[in-house]
Amino acid sequence: MGRILTVDDINVYYGSIHAIKGISFYVDEGEIVTLIGANGAGKSTTLNTISGLLRSKTGDIHFLDESIAKASAHSIVSKGLSMVPEGRRIFLRLTVEENLEMGAYTRPKSEIKESMDQAFELFPRLLERRKQIAGTLSGGEQQMLAMARAMMAHPKLIMLDEPSMGLAPIFVDHIFDIIKSLHKNGATILLVEQNAQAALSVASRAYVLETGSIVKTGSGKELMNDPVIKKAYLGA
Amino acid sequence: MDFYTLIAQIINGLQTGSVYALVALGYSMVYGIIMLLNFAHGDIIMVGAYVVYYSIASFALPPLLAVILAVIMCTILGVAIEKVAYTPLRSAPRLSLLITAIGISFLLENGAQLLFGADQKSMSPMVKGGFSMGSVGISYAAVVTIVVSVIAMTALTILVNKTKMGKAMRAVSEDMGAAQLMGISLNRTISFTFAIGSALAGIGSALYLCAYPQSSPTMGSMLGIKAFVAAVLGGIGSIPGAMIGGFAIGILEALVAAAHLSMWKDAVVFFVLIIVLLFKPTGILGKKIQEKV
Repeated sequence: MGRILTVDDINVYYGSIHAIKGISFYVDEGEIVTLIGANGAGKSTTLNTISGLLRSKTGDIHFLDESIAKASAHSIVSKGLSMVPEGRRIFLRLTVEENLEMGAYTRPKSEIKESMDQAFELFPRLLERRKQIAGTLSGGEQQMLAMARAMMAHPKLIMLDEPSMGLAPIFVDHIFDIIKSLHKNGATILLVEQNAQAALSVASRAYVLETGSIVKTGSGKELMNDPVIKKAYLGA
Repeated sequence: MDFYTLIAQIINGLQTGSVYALVALGYSMVYGIIMLLNFAHGDIIMVGAYVVYYSIASFALPPLLAVILAVIMCTILGVAIEKVAYTPLRSAPRLSLLITAIGISFLLENGAQLLFGADQKSMSPMVKGGFSMGSVGISYAAVVTIVVSVIAMTALTILVNKTKMGKAMRAVSEDMGAAQLMGISLNRTISFTFAIGSALAGIGSALYLCAYPQSSPTMGSMLGIKAFVAAVLGGIGSIPGAMIGGFAIGILEALVAAAHLSMWKDAVVFFVLIIVLLFKPTGILGKKIQEKV
């Protein structure tokens, strides 16, 4: 198993606010790694920095064999790193099918059809709605579309930012089932979640973020049984 | 006003309306993608008109070649303005961008005055003659203008709705951040939008000369503002809206002229703008701003 992503001592600022304070972690091929933490701990900021939408002042980010710390967001996608952003951010005025085509923007036209069929196999609900404007989908369907859209790029690593946010409990279970089946199919996943219970239950390894720093790390199981984590994040 | 005059005026209105629509498209597309009211857009038409004028008057090029040259020059100019003046302000407040656009507009107008002189340059019409249908006289210029505009707008509609670049333009105009996460290059997509808008302005400048065969350094400002009103009337950011708005303003002006109120033409157009802003600020086909969850 090779190392896919190495984040080495990144510091991110919003103006004078020091949002990420020197964090380092890694993701190996085939893992589900999760970052858990409270609102404002810096989880989304970390993902946005990896995907190139934000910049770190220090350190480095390695993806596969190269540094992506200074690469533009759109070029990072073509290297094989996709993100499902927080709040889904699907294109509400485009159809379901057009959203998926945008997901495959970096890929040759000849491969799109096959990937789209795979996406519809994984999310049959989207097949029924392929010609519909995405804004008419329900919240759960929009989350499925956001995930399917990211998969269209055939990423080597997929980052999911709060996929369960704002969804009804039944959809949360469904989304986590999908995460598990993606993983079974060989996907490597970096998952950010406030729903620590669900995230830890699927994670190979986890990092706990508090106000911009990593305060704890371990396997999903270890952290689930950690008394401090239980008290702070699992409501036990 | 009898029926035949009315028909003739409506055809006149469609002719000027076509030009407004082509120019309005440029405003609307640019606004849709970077939320900028590009007030230099009207002046690009002025530059296009001078290119046509000098190509024909000084270099005796055939009109079609002159028009193609104008389209190419407008496209290059539009993209150059975007790269030099607007790209560095991508994350600046929208007001800075607007003021820059006004500055570019002055630069182009005064630059044209310096280069070409402040006087009007008149040329002989590119499209002459006409025919009559019953008692309605129709000029070939009107036919050419309407046909060319309809072709250009159809091509644009296909481009925006069916091609990969067109879909990317719509994606960027809806959510720049998410578009980047798809691997879409903002720089390329935004430049492409300016290129298309400016090319349409180039076509618009040639068609404008079919109706009023003279160029002056400030010709773009009134034309630009009328087209801007058309874009707002149709719903700024909306492509079919810009087309409808352009034709509506053109026909409205023609009807005002037909009622022997030509002097009030501009006033009526701006009155319509005020009414639209008061009662339906999003315009005829304007999009409601989507709440982001």
